[in-house]
Amino acid sequence: MSERTILTEDSVPKLPRHAKLRFDKPRDKWIILAPERVFELDPIASEVVRLCDGSKPVNEVVDTLAAKYEAPRDVIAKDVIDMLQGLADKGFVVT
Amino acid sequence: MNDMTLVADKPETKPAKKAVGVPYAVLAELTHRCPLQCPYCSNPVELERAGNEIDTETWKRVIDEAEAMGILHVHFSGGEPTVRKDLEELVAHAAERGLYTNLITSAVLLDEKRLMGLRDAGLDHVQISFQGTDADLANRVAGFKGHAKKLEVARLVRKAGLPLTVNAVMHRQNLHQLRSMIDMAVELDAERLEVAQVQYYGWALKNRDAFLPTREQLDEATAIVEEARVRLKGILAIDYVVPDYYAQRPKSCMGGWGRQFLNITPAGKVLPCHAAESIPSLEFDNVKDKSLAWIWENSSAFNKYRGTDWMPEPCQSCDRREIDWGGCRCQAFALTGDAGNTDPACAKSPQRDVLRDPLEAARTIDENDLPDFVYRRIGG
Repeated sequence: MSERTILTEDSVPKLPRHAKLRFDKPRDKWIILAPERVFELDPIASEVVRLCDGSKPVNEVVDTLAAKYEAPRDVIAKDVIDMLQGLADKGFVVT
Repeated sequence: MNDMTLVADKPETKPAKKAVGVPYAVLAELTHRCPLQCPYCSNPVELERAGNEIDTETWKRVIDEAEAMGILHVHFSGGEPTVRKDLEELVAHAAERGLYTNLITSAVLLDEKRLMGLRDAGLDHVQISFQGTDADLANRVAGFKGHAKKLEVARLVRKAGLPLTVNAVMHRQNLHQLRSMIDMAVELDAERLEVAQVQYYGWALKNRDAFLPTREQLDEATAIVEEARVRLKGILAIDYVVPDYYAQRPKSCMGGWGRQFLNITPAGKVLPCHAAESIPSLEFDNVKDKSLAWIWENSSAFNKYRGTDWMPEPCQSCDRREIDWGGCRCQAFALTGDAGNTDPACAKSPQRDVLRDPLEAARTIDENDLPDFVYRRIGG
């Protein structure tokens, strides 16, 4: 990786190879596994991350969530991009 | 291999079973055999010989038991884990169970064919140790001419599409190479750099005067890391821990004794941390005799310093007792003779003055008078 990944509505996000998303039964939550780290995702974060499978751009993820939660699209878009940018800066999301 | 830290962004608050939580990670020390002789090796001073190593089937059963307990990470370590011919088989077994598999290696025995085999077995991540950024210094610290091979293998790791962590063990004699180490990690296309300061138990304690940096060196290193973290945001993640001797508060060693982590030795003994055998009063159970889950819940070594009930003052009434868990038991033993004392890395420790002499030595020893290394060798 030679440049910082900047997320926009057109980005197509996914987890990098070194991060694994899975549901953890003993802890009853979705987690991201990475080298010497475990990220426990809250229900909203897990929903976002599970939609980021490398097949669709952020704007489709936002549309899906805005429809599901009947929430204002611009609010959802900002929250989703902020969350994904945070994960990208930690190395858990690539485009 | 080095101290590992496990960071859960949101600490578990709901223990699944009574007071004993669900562990996150197991460090599988497959062997103590290693071509390197690093004088700060985290293996015990009494190294296990090859004949005492537990076999493939026992390791596979342990991996099954670990997965059933809720363990998420398995770190294959050593010694040098690639000396075991069954490494691929064990990685494949752990990957099939959905565990995150990490190889902690010196890299000097790896080649492209073996790396591809490990990748195809399902290996998730490779961590390679570096002793410096120039061959002369790095080879002198390792007691082995391996630096060029490490660079070659690091490139092969990326070529294989595997994620890479550069583990840089830093100390008085190589901290001046920290900037070039960060550049090297970027140039090798690593995702992550661990700036691991030597901590002083076992072999490193024998070599403390040769390794303990000066306060000026440490402050400069901290500034270099802080600058690089900003500059390389989203490009290279840098883990950095200050050496205990210069800390005001102790590190949360292993995330708390018997709380998140277990270590299995080449002979099958199960330890709360890789250095726990340095505490002679502890008795350890063995995976040859008991299940991993039984040991986690019942082993006297795990229960001895688990939670907060064992703590003396000033830990017992400290509002950080569930943040740092009293610090490091092995360091408390090594420096005060009692593993049940507060870690002297805490400024509140009544034994804090045990750090005065080594810190004074670090301040006053001339560069040209540093003691020779005591290299890690079987038989001491």
